[in-house]
Amino acid sequence: MKHLNPRAALVGIGELKPQRRTEGISTMEMLMQVSAEAIEDSGLSVDEIDGLLVAPQVGETPQHVPATVAEYFGMQPNMSNMVDLGGASGPGMIWRAAAAIAAGQCENVLCVIGNHRNTPAPRSPNRNPAREFDTPFGASGANTSYALLMQAHMAAYNCSPEDYAAIAAGSRANAQCNENAIFYGKPSSIEEVLASPMVASPLHLLEIVMPVAGAEAVIVSTAKRAETLRHPPVFLNGAGEKITHRAVSQAPSLTSGPLKPSMARALTQAGLDVRDVDFLSLYDCYTIMVAATIEDAGLCDPGQFGKWLKENGGMGPDARQPINTHGGQLGFGQPDLAGGMTHVVEAVRQIRGTAPNRQIKNCQSALVTGNGATMSEAVALVLGADL
Amino acid sequence: MIDYSSIQVPGPTITDLSRPFWDGVQDSQLMLQLCDSCQQHVFYPRPLCPHCWRGELDWVSASGHGTLKSFSQIWKPGHPGWLPAAPYVVGLVLLAEGPTMLSHILVGSHTPCVGDPLVFAPTKVAGRELPFFQTIK
Repeated sequence: MKHLNPRAALVGIGELKPQRRTEGISTMEMLMQVSAEAIEDSGLSVDEIDGLLVAPQVGETPQHVPATVAEYFGMQPNMSNMVDLGGASGPGMIWRAAAAIAAGQCENVLCVIGNHRNTPAPRSPNRNPAREFDTPFGASGANTSYALLMQAHMAAYNCSPEDYAAIAAGSRANAQCNENAIFYGKPSSIEEVLASPMVASPLHLLEIVMPVAGAEAVIVSTAKRAETLRHPPVFLNGAGEKITHRAVSQAPSLTSGPLKPSMARALTQAGLDVRDVDFLSLYDCYTIMVAATIEDAGLCDPGQFGKWLKENGGMGPDARQPINTHGGQLGFGQPDLAGGMTHVVEAVRQIRGTAPNRQIKNCQSALVTGNGATMSEAVALVLGADL
Repeated sequence: MIDYSSIQVPGPTITDLSRPFWDGVQDSQLMLQLCDSCQQHVFYPRPLCPHCWRGELDWVSASGHGTLKSFSQIWKPGHPGWLPAAPYVVGLVLLAEGPTMLSHILVGSHTPCVGDPLVFAPTKVAGRELPFFQTIK
């Protein structure tokens, strides 16, 4: 095994309940609340936090985000930075925290990410190529990009709409075991998913995450410090990252993404076969994202995710390899960039053995994925209980 | 039939670098950059060739032929200006010269399929010609 040295452990977690609207509340307030929860959960004192990783705050803090958050928190970290990888930002923070610790710059890194959901900020003109070469054709927004990815996947492998819809239905079934999930009390069947309005063919409304406000925090420390803290440590055993493009038109492949090499690297570092991972915590902005990730992970051949899911026994805590037990973002809601961190937080709960109403039996390892932009920014982590 | 000339939607954010592309569209020409070192076509416009980082880039006329790599019929546009045109089709066009570009696809009464041949079909939208493509009957 090629572990980072010194090894890092995830020692504290915080998560705010997702909300549809947060009029008058700033992102900064939410970040401080969720950070307090994670620090309390870890058993560290605030004074021991000496590293801080944050994410972009579109429309709220355009520049100097790390310093703005640090000042607001009353912290003077030895290392601070902003991780800007869309939905992969959260998982991207975790291995960067471990790397900063391994570089001897800090010992306890707070990784915090979240967003309010107020009246949208006005659209600003910008000059990135997607604005010039995609938007003028009526293709703005993530829905279009993932619809194009899904249509290409369907055409290449002849998968049925029911295959993809089963992922939305399975996620919402899992959300029934998480009272904080936005779809708690609102399950949807495959038929209901396919009967929901078409947004951008072949994507139906219920195959798309619901945007919510929310915030997530994770504290990364050394394995040694973790021994004396409140919870059994959850170790970072492997990580992989890959960025391939920004606009979907520039994707090197429409059916396989940068998570493929990212997951391979993370699993190799951890010395683990993907079929032996106890919990799959897979980024799920859209149903197609989970389908592509199952296939890119090597769990089945391309185009076979539907069959594999059936053989897996669905996605619940009793499945052969449970997937997104918190409901995934499809069931929990997508707190903007923080959506990716929900998959890290749930993996920590499962490995600790403290997932309420949905604990997987003897969960020793998890594969966590984060995905940003147009299946173009990827981070994979392997977390585990064993040293 | 969608009346593209009357919809109010965001136009391209043109720079000096990309102006030859957009000027070409106004003259019903699809222009691409061509690298004189690696001989690969480049889209979208760059100051240097992203393939080899060596040669000079020259503007050349493209054939205007392409293939539909993927598409989506948009029922709920990301920008409200496009609502009067919905549902409409956008797609990824694999140009005969190699690069892929996203465009608006005119399909008429045809149901599009991945792999459909396409041809350049400049169309006036909100006072400006845009490089749409259309399926070949």
